[in-house]
Amino acid sequence: MNLLQFLSGRLVKGVLVLFAIAVLNFFLIRAAPGDPAQVLAGEAGAADAQLLEQLRERFGLNEPLLTQLWIYIKGYMTFDLGFSYRQQQPVLTLVLDRLPATLLLTGAAFVISLALGVVMGALAARRVGSWSDSLITALSLVFYATPLFWIALMSQIVFSLKFGLVPNVGYETIGANYTGLARALDIGHHLILPAMTLGLFFTALYARMMRASMLEVAGADFVKTARAKGLSPGIVSRRHVARNAILPVVTLAGLQAGQLVGGAVLTETVFAWPGIGRLMFDALLQRDYSVLLGVFFMSSAMVVGFNIITDLVYRIADPRIEAAS
Amino acid sequence: MNFLKRFCRNRGAVLGLVILLAVVAFALLAPTLFPQSPWRPVGRPFLAPFTMERFPLGTDTLGRNLASGLVHGARVSLMIGVVSTLVALLIGVPLGAAAGYAGGFVDDALMRFTEFFQTIPSFALAIVLVAILQPQLGSIVLAIGVVSWPPVARLVRGEVLSLKSREYVQAAVTIGQSTPRIIFSQVLPNTIAPIIVMGSLMIGSAILLESALSFLGLGDPNLMSWGYMVGAGRTRLLDAWWISFFPGFAIFLTVLALNLAGEGLNDALNPRLARGRE
Repeated sequence: MNLLQFLSGRLVKGVLVLFAIAVLNFFLIRAAPGDPAQVLAGEAGAADAQLLEQLRERFGLNEPLLTQLWIYIKGYMTFDLGFSYRQQQPVLTLVLDRLPATLLLTGAAFVISLALGVVMGALAARRVGSWSDSLITALSLVFYATPLFWIALMSQIVFSLKFGLVPNVGYETIGANYTGLARALDIGHHLILPAMTLGLFFTALYARMMRASMLEVAGADFVKTARAKGLSPGIVSRRHVARNAILPVVTLAGLQAGQLVGGAVLTETVFAWPGIGRLMFDALLQRDYSVLLGVFFMSSAMVVGFNIITDLVYRIADPRIEAAS
Repeated sequence: MNFLKRFCRNRGAVLGLVILLAVVAFALLAPTLFPQSPWRPVGRPFLAPFTMERFPLGTDTLGRNLASGLVHGARVSLMIGVVSTLVALLIGVPLGAAAGYAGGFVDDALMRFTEFFQTIPSFALAIVLVAILQPQLGSIVLAIGVVSWPPVARLVRGEVLSLKSREYVQAAVTIGQSTPRIIFSQVLPNTIAPIIVMGSLMIGSAILLESALSFLGLGDPNLMSWGYMVGAGRTRLLDAWWISFFPGFAIFLTVLALNLAGEGLNDALNPRLARGRE
């Protein structure tokens, strides 16, 4: 199977997943208590009759269920995710406005947690049972059990409110009108704390995985050979063991993309980060269901896209995978 | 006996169990320790912790007793953690068993279905489900169960796949036992150990999920929960840090204890794996 076939296969699968989510959204609207038109208007009982009638007309709510489904799916196929009557804007516009901030946050958290986790796990595996191994194992247990929103608030208290090392909330300094490099640095400064807290759980996960994977690879024959021919333990551990041990960790990391997006909702809420997670929280407060479902759809699309990219990178990086499939 | 000995060899597990028992005890004693509703303001707002005997952990923005909220919240967290894990098992075990035992087209279809649920961002789905079905105990438990079952299904499927070719299963087929009977009396009882281990670890994640939902305001409005309490202290972080600190720390301790105990359970139930693990 060549790369193009593989890619188109994955794309078809991704589209099917998104189709299923559109269908799921359709039924979710009908699962809400009350008239679907009121759900779509986003204000149960308060919307005026004219708007409700308009909505019924537009979504064919007086037609049979299958026709309604067809109208709904047709909307998604033309990138129409609905309209937010609260914010008087199409949902797609709202989501796309916020998407870059979320991509930046989740991307940064992903890179930080993968790098830290791999290094920590590799260090722990080098000397099993040593104090550094115990410390890293204990730390990952702790990170693993820490509620994300809580550690976000606590680090906000310590690092920004008490010591003022980093900004408290937001994406950039309001009113500073930085441009170019100065703006990038400013955003980076705001990004540190949210990205670190979002990455904490995943750091623990990858560290544990890397440690287990290192120990597994260390028992393989080719590692014994490398030792037997007299290579130093450091070189064996870095070049032979770590390189092979990292593969399952990257696979796991790719599969965790969905979790990362979910965590972004909490992180963005705490740090007032203007991404789709914060948009989801605001929509929640206003019971703006169209936006809620739109964000759900878009975040799923993000995960699907991310999975395809991981698979692709993976296949290019490791030719053995192609041979196996 | 052997089970207890193996469990106790893992010191972390024993520590976890002790913490867990303390949390359970507090949860059970909640109505005795604090008979009043944890929602009722009982003192001046913003009382600092460790200063007054009546309010050992201080009071919150509305003058509610934090210690009382914490103890009542333990009930909610533990209950939702356990019940939603049971819901996840109720969905995951039959699906996994059916996929593993039937094989072929059924297996393919069920596994695609499982993959779908693993691909979509589970927390976002939980938010949407609870928001749409309205935040109530039932919808929260359902939402957590619905987003947590895929790993169970995969685990059970794998176990069943390896069990169904064993001789005693073949023997049961030969003597003409019906398929449901074989699944329930021959196959599933042998998958119980790994299911218990996974279930115990899932309770911790379910508690984290529940607290995150109620932090966002998606908790049952009639039940005091730790996540809600953390959220309630958000606006006064600097001058009243304790309002958010204590409930969050309670979540952390409980989940940590559950994870430690779960690993001990793993050592005790799967002794063959325990030595080779990690």
